[in-house]
Amino acid sequence: MPTLNLSKEELIERSRLIRHDILISVNAAQSGHPGGPLSAADYHTALWMNYLNVDPKNPYWEERDRYLLSNGHCSALNFALMAHRGFFSRGYLLTFRSLNSRLQGHPSSVKLPGIEVGTGSLGQGLSVAHGMALGARMRGRPDILSFCNCGDGELQEGNIWEAVMHAGHRQTDNLILSVDWNNAQIDGYVENVKGVEPLVDKFEAFRWRVLVADGHNMDEIINAWEWAIDGTPRCGKGCGKPSVILFKTVMMKGCPSFENIPGWHGRPPKDDELMIMLSELGFKYTNVEEARVSLGEPIYDGYGAENGH
Amino acid sequence: MGIKTGTKVRYKNGILPSSEWKLELTRKAYGEMLVELGEKNPNIIVLDADLAESTYTKFFREKFPDRFIECGISEQDMMNTAAGLSTWGFIPFLSSYAIFLTGRAWDQMRNTIDYSNLNVKIAAAHGGISVGKDGCSHQGMEDLGNTLSLVNMTVVVPADYWETRKVMEWIPTHKGPLYMRLGREKVPMVTTEETPFLPKKAIEVVEGSDGTFISFGMMMSRAVQAAELLAEEGIYSRVLNMPMIKPIDEEAILEAARTTGAIVTIEEHSIYGGLGSIVARILIQSKYRVPTRIIGIPDIYLRSGDPEELLQIAGLTAQNAANKMKEALREAG
Repeated sequence: MPTLNLSKEELIERSRLIRHDILISVNAAQSGHPGGPLSAADYHTALWMNYLNVDPKNPYWEERDRYLLSNGHCSALNFALMAHRGFFSRGYLLTFRSLNSRLQGHPSSVKLPGIEVGTGSLGQGLSVAHGMALGARMRGRPDILSFCNCGDGELQEGNIWEAVMHAGHRQTDNLILSVDWNNAQIDGYVENVKGVEPLVDKFEAFRWRVLVADGHNMDEIINAWEWAIDGTPRCGKGCGKPSVILFKTVMMKGCPSFENIPGWHGRPPKDDELMIMLSELGFKYTNVEEARVSLGEPIYDGYGAENGH
Repeated sequence: MGIKTGTKVRYKNGILPSSEWKLELTRKAYGEMLVELGEKNPNIIVLDADLAESTYTKFFREKFPDRFIECGISEQDMMNTAAGLSTWGFIPFLSSYAIFLTGRAWDQMRNTIDYSNLNVKIAAAHGGISVGKDGCSHQGMEDLGNTLSLVNMTVVVPADYWETRKVMEWIPTHKGPLYMRLGREKVPMVTTEETPFLPKKAIEVVEGSDGTFISFGMMMSRAVQAAELLAEEGIYSRVLNMPMIKPIDEEAILEAARTTGAIVTIEEHSIYGGLGSIVARILIQSKYRVPTRIIGIPDIYLRSGDPEELLQIAGLTAQNAANKMKEALREAG
């Protein structure tokens, strides 16, 4: 299945638009998490537009790569990525977190085709993604990759390290983990709440390949994904280790007045704040309504829409 | 056992009188059936968390090493690894002890497996307090409450060796999450090969009209013994075996209340959140608010000891069940 295969410049522009959509959807919901989605937007844009082998029109296609957002509170990012990859139209993002929407507060596979398994309770996704990677291997398709994203604060969960140990032990080299290393969580900076460092040493000790990359530099991001995929059985015989990319990022990146403030983990922007954020991203609107309308109609037109479910 | 068989007790559906019971492990039936299912169905896979010897998944490990995933001592990771594997069309059976699966890994069970309605089969050994000498930390008396409250979960507790085999035969045809509780001890083989198992159906194992015992798991044998004791006194109680607790056979419960006039439940589980609570909820909202007694583990932690000693402390004996039935029948008048 072809990816969008965007150029570096197009990826940068696309991630700017994805940030725009995230902020508008979280503002429309008056609920949700803007901070993490903005820190993880650049490297996710590259993954979803250029590398993830999925078919937006057939989300259950057996040969697809699997993606799991283990830090499910960054759902606004997941949904914006899906819209931009063609799973459904962008306008539907305006229904985020509302009663009859498929776009749940945390990703739900029973509500939205294209979500593999529901997440939201932190620390659980890596084990699931690892199970999916093992499943591909047991079906004789180790070239099918399993991607998982975690927050850095999420690495405080014990279940994560059970999964890290398990994947290292089994040499599950079709598993790729990205970590949004923004050093911010609800109660403050990660290093003050309960430090997760030294992260590189930790993963290496558990027998993983590790790369640290600037999560806001598109050259580094592209290199990082190429490095990770290069170690999988998709590109030869596989390196015998799971791979992790530790993306150094900044919470609320793209909106300088709001960057690196842990308080933006889970607070939706008010209308006036949204207008400043959008302006700092380079989007000029006269009011919030105009910004919302730019996304289009709030209608679900993705897989299953014609059956009314 | 040791109880003189009441000659007038009418056993049904291939049930044996207590004088003919032999002892066997339910987890052994589980281990044997995994191999049998595995031979027929390549999608059957098995996960364990360093207890393969004890849960008897060792039989499967030996036969199908490529379909056995040892997760080490990491129940949370095992739960969600199974979740991921199930998305590939595999039917994962995972095993550990009831207390760890439904305690430590409950969040994984609820938020990942049950909410996403994944086809994962959770088989817990060492359910109940008859675990015995390991003491409180290894006794699982809250597992059913913890699983019954999960929306998509099917909950089943086989009574003995043969019923475990029957349940296992059926499980691969069931779609969605399932919790099956097994015990540690050898328990009486009350059922036989001819005893049926039907999903969402109670099975009448002793015929009678003087009140009804409702039970599952090892306690089903106690209910049969209680019926035998009462028969000595000319009281003929019905015994319903309820291997599937969710979804439950409401009709059989209402029918029992309507036609026998009193209900006694007996279960190796906390009085909070088990069969007794369900039966009481159903009866209290029906036309048949008959005298009811609920026998379960009272609000106490048990300790190390022989299984029989612990069951006595908790009141999980045939004699206590018989006494409670008489009490209820007196109340019914």
